[in-house]
Amino acid sequence: MNVSVGIPASASLALVSAVNLAKRYPVSAGWFRRDRSFIHAVDGVSFDLMPGETLGLVGESGCGKTTTGRMLVRLTEPTDGQVLFKNQSGDLEDIAHLKGAPLKDFRRRAQMVFQDPYESMNPRRTIFDTVAEPLHVQKIGDHSERFERVSETLSMVGLTPPASFLFRFPHELSGGQRQRVAIARALVMEPSFVVADEPTSMLDISIRTGIMQLMNELADRLGIGYLYITHDLAVARYMCSRIAVMYLGKIVEMGDTEDVLQYPVHPYTKALLSAVPVPDPEATRDALSIKGSVSAPVDPLPRCRFYDRCPIADDYCRDNDHPPLEDKGAGRLAACHKA
Amino acid sequence: MSAVNAQHAVPTALWRARLRLALQSLRENWQLFVRTRIGIIGLAIIGLYALLALAHPILMNTVWEPRTYDPVVGYAFDETQQPAPPSLKHLLGTDPLGRDILSQLMFSARSEFLLGLLAATVTVVIGTAVGAIAAYFGGWVDTLLMRLADIMIMMPAISVLIVLSALIGVEHFELALIIGILSGFGATGVVLKSQALSVVVKPYIDAARSAGGGHFHIILVHIVPNLLPLSFLYMMFTVTSAIFSEAVLSFLGLLDVRMSWGLMIHTTESAGYLLQVTEFWWLIFPASLSITLLCSAFYLVGRSLDEVVNPRLRSR
Repeated sequence: MNVSVGIPASASLALVSAVNLAKRYPVSAGWFRRDRSFIHAVDGVSFDLMPGETLGLVGESGCGKTTTGRMLVRLTEPTDGQVLFKNQSGDLEDIAHLKGAPLKDFRRRAQMVFQDPYESMNPRRTIFDTVAEPLHVQKIGDHSERFERVSETLSMVGLTPPASFLFRFPHELSGGQRQRVAIARALVMEPSFVVADEPTSMLDISIRTGIMQLMNELADRLGIGYLYITHDLAVARYMCSRIAVMYLGKIVEMGDTEDVLQYPVHPYTKALLSAVPVPDPEATRDALSIKGSVSAPVDPLPRCRFYDRCPIADDYCRDNDHPPLEDKGAGRLAACHKA
Repeated sequence: MSAVNAQHAVPTALWRARLRLALQSLRENWQLFVRTRIGIIGLAIIGLYALLALAHPILMNTVWEPRTYDPVVGYAFDETQQPAPPSLKHLLGTDPLGRDILSQLMFSARSEFLLGLLAATVTVVIGTAVGAIAAYFGGWVDTLLMRLADIMIMMPAISVLIVLSALIGVEHFELALIIGILSGFGATGVVLKSQALSVVVKPYIDAARSAGGGHFHIILVHIVPNLLPLSFLYMMFTVTSAIFSEAVLSFLGLLDVRMSWGLMIHTTESAGYLLQVTEFWWLIFPASLSITLLCSAFYLVGRSLDEVVNPRLRSR
């Protein structure tokens, strides 16, 4: 069923909008049990992503950033909320619960690059098979057109000459080359939106920059909107114009990358930044320590999610629900009672 | 490369690349296989029996006169009393009904092979499908298939076969189908599902889904090819159990076959020679040794393949 909410293009400039997106996983699943517990992996996440923009999603392991990314490309179906996606006619369409042919059509426009280049390719298929797979399942072009298009895409991602890669197998390529193949696979259908899930975290430091430059360059050239998921603030700073910081399924702070990194508002962002090593033995800074470790978001209490670890929390934070993400001035959004 | 010749060049180059991968992994796996030694012993025994099976029709058409040497209706007129001990004319002697034992042995080898291969193929086709589907879809499909597997595993195969052969009359073909279904929906399906579970969580499955690939595409292109090595291994184990079941059933006289190794022992037993092994050794040993050897041979090949397929088992 095509759930077009019929918002005209002029109403919103966004390419993708997440509206109160939530994913809950049942914990003790049983056929005859009721009142189960839920893990609130992602809980009420909202943001807009403009065409051609790179939005960074930062946070530590288990904070729900990958789940958010997977919901935006519909590898995971949201429990709640909407994913509004600009379709060819420029209207925003809710893709959160699409099925069948409309879903398959949506897949042409949104793709994902995975974290592990060693596991994201079927070891029994050639590079041509892998990159041509989207064209094959979407029935785009005949054999020679697909061949042309795959060759072009491979040279675009820097695998030249393409002929020397087409009929190789993944195990014959290096990690960096594989990640370029993975990017080629995501781009071969010319999508307008790509979720990149830590595409450089499994690569050697020496080739990370190359991949990041490539992705930036392709974003500029093709006008692709990226959601760039990472736990590495340096990578986020290099790649993203805006970043959103996530903690336990919630966005706690969002704004222009430089602003957020220079003048963090939320205590969690401050703590994250103070954990980044400074390459200067003389450097001093205010140590902002947070207590404990990330708790599992199983049926969270109606209080600030960061309460248990927050250095500045008080009784107000304990007795009131999680603060909304609100404007703290100069376009900065943060979710904190104290900021 | 221009678009015109790409039309033909691409498929050719693709198949050449696939062939190269196949040959390369075949070569590597063969080296590992050879290194285990037991696999080679198994393969040698299988080869020997394959030669015997192939030689039988040739011998029947050339040197062996059908009237004397037919495995089912022949009669050794040249012997004064039956069963006759081994002689130059009858290398393994004759059975209580005057039939040449070597001829029976060789004739049966062919049907043992056909039975084993058919049972193994049915098992693997069903087992791979069950494993891939249960692992991929999960939920109630998985529950249904795995509870069915529990039933199949709990069913005592030999007893089921006894009942079935009493009811419907079972020949080699039906036996192979029954064994294949029992094992494919049963133990083999469960093992292949556990392997498939480790395939369905790979990111390339997600990549195929986000490309828009349907269930059929993902199962056929991404899951099944990654199950095939293990499927092939379980083919070998199924051959062993098929040959063994056949022997048991025909020894009990429950199989509607003209001649088999189990039936040879059955004939010995019904003529009353079974307990005189030392005196009439040629009635028992050729058939029982063949059953043991061929079963072990497939088992050895399977064990050896197990080490090739599961790198953790390899001795370093």
